[in-house]
Amino acid sequence: MAEEEKVEAEEDLIEILEPSSGPIDLARYVDYVRDPAAGAIATFEGTTRDTFEGKRVVELRYEAYVPMAARRLAAVCAEARAAWPVLRVAVAHRLGTVGVGEASVFVAASAVHRAEAMAACRYVIDEVKASVPIWKKEVYENGEVWKENREFLERREAAVGSVPERKEAACCCGSKVRVDEAATDGKNSAV
Amino acid sequence: MTEEPKDTCDVIGSQKTNPSRDKDLAPYIKIKVLFFARARDLTGSTELCLEMPDGSTARDCMNKLLIEFPNLREIYNSMVLALNEEYAPESTILRNKDELAIIPPISGG
Repeated sequence: MAEEEKVEAEEDLIEILEPSSGPIDLARYVDYVRDPAAGAIATFEGTTRDTFEGKRVVELRYEAYVPMAARRLAAVCAEARAAWPVLRVAVAHRLGTVGVGEASVFVAASAVHRAEAMAACRYVIDEVKASVPIWKKEVYENGEVWKENREFLERREAAVGSVPERKEAACCCGSKVRVDEAATDGKNSAV
Repeated sequence: MTEEPKDTCDVIGSQKTNPSRDKDLAPYIKIKVLFFARARDLTGSTELCLEMPDGSTARDCMNKLLIEFPNLREIYNSMVLALNEEYAPESTILRNKDELAIIPPISGG
């Protein structure tokens, strides 16, 4: 397989897919969590959008602190397992360029009943957004921006506390939207 | 003062007197620092080595980096640190050969 880093803890399948891997093979992860004891498989597919604040997204590029991301994902799956009686969990995240409309992340969880499968699935994707060190750069026709997950900033704010100058920078759009200096001279002009 | 760090694990922040050679008087530790995403753009570096006095905290390391790369201030108020692949508070005391990662706001998913 083409995955860059693969960690299996208990029944969990965790894959950080390197750029050459191509589209995520969704069936692989659904089949991984499929189990005769399961009455439900919940899945979440995160897909890339074609516009951000009116700007047309040309492409998206993902990168990761791969060993730490794999560790965090394993820990997140373990936390889901500790919180709900799930049978199996699988999670995959792509790296490199991901075409607009394609899946960048996929989560599947199986459990005896649907409520547990859905709760675990949601927990895993929410934690991916908040704590797994993966970054996405959106490339527009006139610039590019490293995106910032609100979930990460909120958690950081809670952990660091509200030192005044920090609070200002950690909140909202001030630091969220940024056009690279070298990429364009038309800062914020194209909408 | 020091050269612009390259992709390799160059040492920055060595003292002029090079106290690391005098281990009994001033023991120094080496810290590997990793930069990702916006942090890499701002520093022009993926990783480097910092030489720090024994007993230094992650905050001490960060302060040194902010002197070396003043434009890191742009993300200082939104980033966090990871030590040896785990999130760590700035008060954490570093050990020799620790790996300290600058984690700008993540955007996975």
